[in-house]
Amino acid sequence: MSINIFKINEDLKEFIPQEVIDLEEKATWGNPKRGVMDLPYAKELLEEHSLCAGCPESMAFRYILASLPNPEDTIIVNSTGCTSLVFPHIALHTVHSLFGNQNAVATGIKRTLEWRFPDKVKDVIVLAGDGATVDIGLDCTLQSFFRQEKITTICFDNEVYANTGGQESGTTVQGHVFKMAPKGKQWPKVQMWQLAIDSGCHYVVRMSVSSPKKVEQVVKKAIYVAREVGPTYLHFYTPCILEIGLNSDDGLMEMRDKDKERFKFFEYVSPQAEEVIAKKKEEGLL
Amino acid sequence: MATLGPSHYSPYPVAVYENILPPPPGKALLFTEVVDEEVAMREAAKAMLTRENPTIFPGPQVIYAWNEEAKEKARLIRELAEVLEAKIIPMVDYRPKYPKIDPEKEINPNHPNLTIWHNNIKACIFVGVHCHYANVALKIIRAETDCFTIALCSNAGHEDAMITLRDQHAEELKKFIEIAKEVKKEVK
Repeated sequence: MSINIFKINEDLKEFIPQEVIDLEEKATWGNPKRGVMDLPYAKELLEEHSLCAGCPESMAFRYILASLPNPEDTIIVNSTGCTSLVFPHIALHTVHSLFGNQNAVATGIKRTLEWRFPDKVKDVIVLAGDGATVDIGLDCTLQSFFRQEKITTICFDNEVYANTGGQESGTTVQGHVFKMAPKGKQWPKVQMWQLAIDSGCHYVVRMSVSSPKKVEQVVKKAIYVAREVGPTYLHFYTPCILEIGLNSDDGLMEMRDKDKERFKFFEYVSPQAEEVIAKKKEEGLL
Repeated sequence: MATLGPSHYSPYPVAVYENILPPPPGKALLFTEVVDEEVAMREAAKAMLTRENPTIFPGPQVIYAWNEEAKEKARLIRELAEVLEAKIIPMVDYRPKYPKIDPEKEINPNHPNLTIWHNNIKACIFVGVHCHYANVALKIIRAETDCFTIALCSNAGHEDAMITLRDQHAEELKKFIEIAKEVKKEVK
């Protein structure tokens, strides 16, 4: 695979739709310094999405895709949920796994790529919801951390099974009531970021996606650390505005409110990860 | 609904259930019959030159300049389209189109019939489409349209197309263009 897969043959170019030509000419390929500041000018890897209007998850998608340092050689593994409705529209290689086994699939892909392309940097990123990461896929997620797989895991935490009508999940806050959890959750929210640290992740962040620049920073750090050291984990709050009864334009304020509470910015960096981050800062990549 | 091809093609069972298999190396498939490659090329050219709105659907393997052969094939496809007086409508990728496809500008393997209906295409050539998506699209086209499908495959061919040519690379495309020129003189 090479960046040439995005270049259109001149002989056929006049027949190609403009949006595909834009992907070749205006998207930011081959530039590790790309970031969210390119969003107003560059062709996005996700132009239109199939999520609800104003969904904070769609914001997270835009920021993450704009921040990937190596999109032409990045493979995203996703799982069942709202996210799986978006992945077919993304102009990158994506693999849809069975519900919960996304980290196991990513492990196989990463190892195979290392074997097949030993001289190339290939990033493998898992993007899944809280149900896939913390409940159904907890086993595969933690096992990949235990094995020190060099993959980045990103969890979109909306604190509920929103796609299927509002069942409580492991990350639902104790006492919260949803349509399919009328008595309210009986147990505390799973502190997945803490589990990730205890399981061997070298870079762990908990935050909301209310600040695009901050998302860019942590995504890049997580990917660089995963390349050289081992597993990294990002836990993003992306509330489901429908399930918590908000309007389309309320998502950002909801995240900002929670920035001061249970999604206050938290970052863990292992000593090895600190070295990598310092090196990348010297190189001007962070 | 389809009227071409043996019964029970449309939409299920698919061709392989009727014991129609891809052609052996060096041969081609014309409906249910294994024939010489040249015979199939002549019939393919004839179909493209005599049916309404002939169209070539190039797929990602020839649209993008990912290697030298792809560049050469793109040039030859353009030449082939000129000889056959065919339109070119690309299958740029396999992403579902949201909110809807523009059938005048592209074809998508998940609903190829929309492009064929919209443009009233009665003969088409698939080239450079990855096999797993060509298999899906060709079955849908057979089931939903009266379009005469021709698959120029660089691997083992597609039994669901009405004419299948296998192991098609730049050399074979050049041969097809020459045969198309001859057939054109005969039918025009």
